[in-house]
Amino acid sequence: MKELSLNILDITENSTKAGAKNIIISIVEQGGCMTVTIKDDGCGMTKEILQSVVDPFYTTRTTRKVGMGIPLFKLAAEQTGGSLKIESVCEQDDPVQHGTTVTAVFHTDHIDCPPMGDIVSTLTTLIGGNPDVHFLFSHQMDGKTVGLDTDELKSVLGDVPLNTFEVLKWIEAYLKEQYDAPSSI
Amino acid sequence: MKSLAELAAIRDKMKDKVVLREGTSDMRVVVGMATCGIAAGARPVLNAFVELVNDEGLAGKVTVSQTGCIGICQYEPVVEVFEAGKDKVTYVKMTAEKAKKVVEQHLKGGEVVTEYTIDSAKA
Ligand SMILES: Nc1ncnc2c1ncn2[C@@H]1O[C@H](COP(=O)(O)OP(=O)(O)OP(=O)(O)O)[C@@H](O)[C@H]1O
Ligand SMILES: [Mg+2]
Repeated sequence: MKELSLNILDITENSTKAGAKNIIISIVEQGGCMTVTIKDDGCGMTKEILQSVVDPFYTTRTTRKVGMGIPLFKLAAEQTGGSLKIESVCEQDDPVQHGTTVTAVFHTDHIDCPPMGDIVSTLTTLIGGNPDVHFLFSHQMDGKTVGLDTDELKSVLGDVPLNTFEVLKWIEAYLKEQYDAPSSI
Repeated sequence: MKSLAELAAIRDKMKDKVVLREGTSDMRVVVGMATCGIAAGARPVLNAFVELVNDEGLAGKVTVSQTGCIGICQYEPVVEVFEAGKDKVTYVKMTAEKAKKVVEQHLKGGEVVTEYTIDSAKA
């Protein structure tokens, strides 16, 4: 992937596929470190799937095809000297508190750290494709934080869906404005 | 500053429109957004379709949606067009630029852009 925002789009699509109702995307940049966390309350993964996902070459390959999304994200993080971690509780083991958290750490001063790219487009794509999912986004940088909570927008919009063209345009402008605002240092 | 008040204004404007929009869409544009599609550039292709369909006033007639892996990874980004009573059209190796032509010629004009289809890619 050319941009981290594309990996984030791809990894978050796993969460929507897992039936998540709430997805938290958080990016924290501090010094030379960037931590990306994608947390969902979807169906989660069994121990076997979790094992094969992190280590695709150890998969039994009998039950499912080998996915590329997580290995690519892991590789991107590791190439900067960072790491990727997945925690998951599957629905069968805990019918109430199930879900998956993917955490990737990047060393942003490393020459192989990919650019973030168009994260705003990633968010409008996710919201446009999954208007009924609650997305909570925050991007903390040195000196400012950009954020979006689709529940807050829904309480204003009422019956008008989040994937209405004009609404997506508003979200795009709202986020861009936050990114363009001067930081406090 | 973008404000929630502005969003409320959009809501009020849309409420009146909802009735008009409920007519069934004649055409469906589906963009493959699995890992292979995203890596090959599906995000700008999807966004181009969303923008163009709206700009050309086709929103009542055409819906644009996302799907997972269509299963022909080497041809990504892949876009499928469904229309009642017609065969599915599969466009391959799409770009935002090609999307313009598909919107103009196919979605608006009803004429398939043959040179972008999988059949001509295979030929
Ligand atoms: N958030 C999640 N919740 C539940 N299961 C998940 C989640 N993320 C990944 N998985 C499981 O791990 C598998 C591998 O994910 P990965 O993204 O690597 O590949 P994929 O989605 O199967 O295919 P693709 O190559 O198109 O991404 C998924 O098929 C799914 O079974
Ligand atoms: Mg995936």
